[in-house]
Amino acid sequence: MTVAKKIVCRCEDVTEEEIIDAIKQGYTDIESLKRYTGTVTGPCQGKTCLSHVIAILARELGKGKDEVGVTRQRPPVKPILLGVLAGEAIE
Amino acid sequence: MRQLNENADVVIIGGGVVGLGLAYRLSEKGMKNVVVLERGYIGSGASGRNPGGIRQQLSLGENIILARESVKIYARLSGELNFNIMFRQGGYLILAFTEREVEQFKKNVKLQNSLEVRSRTIRPKEAKEIVPMLATDKLLGATYCSTDGILYPYAVLWGYAQAAERMGAKILTFTDAKGIKVEGGEVKAVVTDKGEIKTPVVINAAGAHAAEVASMVGVELPNKPYRHEIAVIEPLKPFLDPMVLSLHHTLYVGQMMRGEVLAGVGNLDEPPSHELRASADFLPKLARAIIEVMPQFRHLAVMRQWVGIRDMTPDGKPILGEVEGVRGLIQANGFGGLGMMLSASAVKLLAELILTGKTPKMLEPFSLARFREEKLDKEMYIAGVH
Repeated sequence: MTVAKKIVCRCEDVTEEEIIDAIKQGYTDIESLKRYTGTVTGPCQGKTCLSHVIAILARELGKGKDEVGVTRQRPPVKPILLGVLAGEAIE
Repeated sequence: MRQLNENADVVIIGGGVVGLGLAYRLSEKGMKNVVVLERGYIGSGASGRNPGGIRQQLSLGENIILARESVKIYARLSGELNFNIMFRQGGYLILAFTEREVEQFKKNVKLQNSLEVRSRTIRPKEAKEIVPMLATDKLLGATYCSTDGILYPYAVLWGYAQAAERMGAKILTFTDAKGIKVEGGEVKAVVTDKGEIKTPVVINAAGAHAAEVASMVGVELPNKPYRHEIAVIEPLKPFLDPMVLSLHHTLYVGQMMRGEVLAGVGNLDEPPSHELRASADFLPKLARAIIEVMPQFRHLAVMRQWVGIRDMTPDGKPILGEVEGVRGLIQANGFGGLGMMLSASAVKLLAELILTGKTPKMLEPFSLARFREEKLDKEMYIAGVH
């Protein structure tokens, strides 16, 4: 059985092919690649996809994963309800 | 990595919406040797950190005109650039919670209407028809303009950059402008961390770093960097048609075509700084403000928060055009919180200035020399402005 699509980012439905295409277009730093493909920007905030995106970018550029780096991590770690942030009781 | 040019016709410092927009407009007019220098990645400054609100409802005539012309440009820019900028004209709803705001908004709408912007004042009941989740118990009125909207800022940047590159412009990312060489009062070259580029024209489109760039050649700008914080709320099906703005809460909320909701609140006590770290007290403050205005937001979750630095001038108007003393140095900065709104038309006018040597009439109110005047009219419509 062949796999038609390899989904890397499940929040934003981004395939490996789309990530490789973005790298070929010149989006070769991890911050730009994140933004151009939409990976790492969904509700998981990269917890599912970021390590794969780094691996794909490192492989395509022939670099080490350390050289590729990680995207700047932004708070909060998990999505939080605005009601909770406002100090309201959780229903 | 692309090779550094030895010669250029124009070097633009800053790969944000102003610098890339100008590179596109100059290339479109046939200029061949256009170079953009960007210290980080494209849009690593305020151009990639804003919510993409496009609003003609402003309080100064000259800003309104630039915004009005920018809306016309954005409405057809996706086709022009062959890149979808996700511009959605769902309008902008500006809420009034004090009598003073109600009176001021009436004046502003009158001015906007005189400049062919079809904004109008509306009652709370109609505001609630436009945004059903609005709490109207404290609301005194609102203004609305249906042709305002929201776009995806990065898409504008990528669209401009790709179109400019197709026409021969060079966009050098991760390249830092370290100095500008001036001889006999004329610009001769830009020094970067990767070498020198000879050029007769330098554009200062460095956003929050514009004052530092100008100081390289002894030009003093009154611009100051102010932090502004923003958050993105989980993506949902379309539910919020207009961008909602409350100056009273220093709050704005808008839903992008991607489904995500962008929201921010200002901090009026914030001192000038380049600090990009997020503040711990921002999300609770945003949550309280947004729930007061639209209570159902309590059920939605925030995904992440970040900071952008606004390049603010004392009057909330950009600085556009030549300066006295240094031939070939052109300012394209000071857009504050209005860069996405005003730059689309501003870069067209700047391209005209660069190619003809004549300052278009619409650019005249934006000269640096205006700060010699004792009294400045100030733009009031920047959320969380100082």
